[in-house]
Amino acid sequence: MTSLAPVPPGLASDPWQSHAARIAAIVDETPGVRTYDIELENAAHRAAYRFKPGQFNMLYLPGIGEAAISVSSDPAVSATISHTVRAVGNVTDALARLGVGDQVLCRGPFGTPWPVERVAGRDVVVVAGGLGLASQRAAILHLTRPGRSRRLTVLHGAKRPDGLLYAREYEAWRNAGVDLRTIVDEAEPAWPGPRGLVTSLLRDAIRDPAATTLLCCGPDPMMLGVAEAAIAADVLPAEVFLSLERTMACAVAHCGLCQFGPHFVCRDGPVLRFDRIAPLMRIPQL
Amino acid sequence: MTAPQTGSWHWLDAAGLQHLIDALRRRRHRVVGPQVADGAIVLRDLARASDLPAGWLDEQDGGSYRLRHDPGAGTFDHVVGPHSLKNFLFPARETLATFTRDGGGWTQAPRPEADAPLAVLGVRGCDLAALAVQDRVFLGSGAVDEGYRARRETLFLVAVNCRRAAATCFCHSMACGPAAGPGYDLALTEIAGRFACEIGSARGAAVLADAGDAGALITACTIGEIDAARAVPRDLAAEMHARQATSTGPAPRSLDTHDIRDLLMANPEHPRWDDVASRCLSCTNCTLVCPTCFCASVQEVADLSGDHVNRERHWSSCFSLDHSRMHGHTVRSTTASRYRQWATHKFAWWFDQFGTSGCTGCGRCITWCPVGIDVTAALAAIRATDARTTPAAPEPLP
Repeated sequence: MTSLAPVPPGLASDPWQSHAARIAAIVDETPGVRTYDIELENAAHRAAYRFKPGQFNMLYLPGIGEAAISVSSDPAVSATISHTVRAVGNVTDALARLGVGDQVLCRGPFGTPWPVERVAGRDVVVVAGGLGLASQRAAILHLTRPGRSRRLTVLHGAKRPDGLLYAREYEAWRNAGVDLRTIVDEAEPAWPGPRGLVTSLLRDAIRDPAATTLLCCGPDPMMLGVAEAAIAADVLPAEVFLSLERTMACAVAHCGLCQFGPHFVCRDGPVLRFDRIAPLMRIPQL
Repeated sequence: MTAPQTGSWHWLDAAGLQHLIDALRRRRHRVVGPQVADGAIVLRDLARASDLPAGWLDEQDGGSYRLRHDPGAGTFDHVVGPHSLKNFLFPARETLATFTRDGGGWTQAPRPEADAPLAVLGVRGCDLAALAVQDRVFLGSGAVDEGYRARRETLFLVAVNCRRAAATCFCHSMACGPAAGPGYDLALTEIAGRFACEIGSARGAAVLADAGDAGALITACTIGEIDAARAVPRDLAAEMHARQATSTGPAPRSLDTHDIRDLLMANPEHPRWDDVASRCLSCTNCTLVCPTCFCASVQEVADLSGDHVNRERHWSSCFSLDHSRMHGHTVRSTTASRYRQWATHKFAWWFDQFGTSGCTGCGRCITWCPVGIDVTAALAAIRATDARTTPAAPEPLP
């Protein structure tokens, strides 16, 4: 008898098939935000699991619900899969009550990735507002490897200094060649860093606009502002990528909840090219 | 008699409908058909052909549905009620997955056995078109919905060619009717108390042959009779295209679909959205009766122990605040934005998503709107003052 090849979770024939995983580690990040490293229980699924930077999993707690969470770990490592989560609702609050060894169920990965495969020789500018950086960490880890891009700049803004995400990793990122700049809206007088909006860092960061690809994740108005500022600085609209967030139930373009104009954010996004969504971004309440 | 085969036409007399139902039931189909219940014609389990709504007509208008008995009316001279195939193929509640807790973990149960195959009698052109639209959503857009697939693969369809239209019907504008098809197993055209039956599939031929073997009187149609049967929905289509509003009775609906996708894409800020919103109750009726609307949410349903959980899919609606609620805010907080979402999705973005319109012209959203909002009127108003061709109103003086 031939054994069946393991089916990666995202390719399960039934999109509602969940896969059991155990929490392998929990890291406190910023206030209310933790990173959960999970390990799929089934060895074949664990070995077969692959994701691309920018994709997300549906994390499920039976009886409580399911939430779409970006995968934030290094895509070259599939033994554990990281999810950085802010406790803001039923599912994420319940997740915050779990500990190492507890079970979560997982479907995924879903969605479109950041265009990290086609930026060799280009400048990549990552712009992250607050927790938006979670969806870009996988891209940063991927792009710090030699030859993946010409220059990698990360601009990260947060409300307050304690909201700067993954601060424990900044030194390693800088050592790997990342030009990392942070900015906060408000801070104690002693705060040494710059204050203001992340958009204000953009002009300096774009050094060769024709050869720049911009990856942005944050609240919709912030992303629109960043995209427009980048285009004003001569970055091509087709080289600006945004990762949108919408509530979703299915992750496979069936439930309709995440629609953004003609796009199903779960399937056609979350990463969308700005030139394809610019008119939609400017329509209120779309 | 020539043996029934795909593409051939046969007469079925009035008694033959019972033989047809019996033949389907012998093949273990659950048979569903239109019946009068609670003041409307709805789709219900059907065992007796005598339960079909012979002699009943439905008078429909914006926010109005009335049944009227007319002894001269045929078995299928009513049009569409609040139910469609969606109620059966994509039910309002469905368990998607079941989980049981054992020790420190949860186990997902295998999918349950499929339900008995379904046969639906009396399906109209608009609803066959709507089925094809939902097929693209649940089967043809990447991921396959297993429950829908199982029900769809065994579905047996007895279509009916309409010979009457309600005022709310505009299938002729959407090119979805009044002629039924394709996609049926059998299609009936009622003529003088009997039914010209066109066979649309090998399964349809087998079922009709079964009905004949069990005693149904089945005779081949002549070429002239086939032409006469084909003329029935064609004549109705011509009549629908020629309909004019009169001072008495409800206005007959139609829709100019020329360039409609771009028309809506170009008018997201049109004042008509606010005008409709001033009347819209956000009640979600239009999306519930729509045969193509597919939005859904998933609810966790646990027993008292908390150790057994069903994940239930419930119909959702873009008219509800929950539909676009995120932590912290709601994307579409105004009624105007939600009506715009519904109409622009249905008549514009659906083309981008599925290569087809999301509307089949069945008219249910007009009839079942409690305040009689008429999508054909809203779209005509937007076309009349299209932002692309209408000069902007002058700024009011300070």
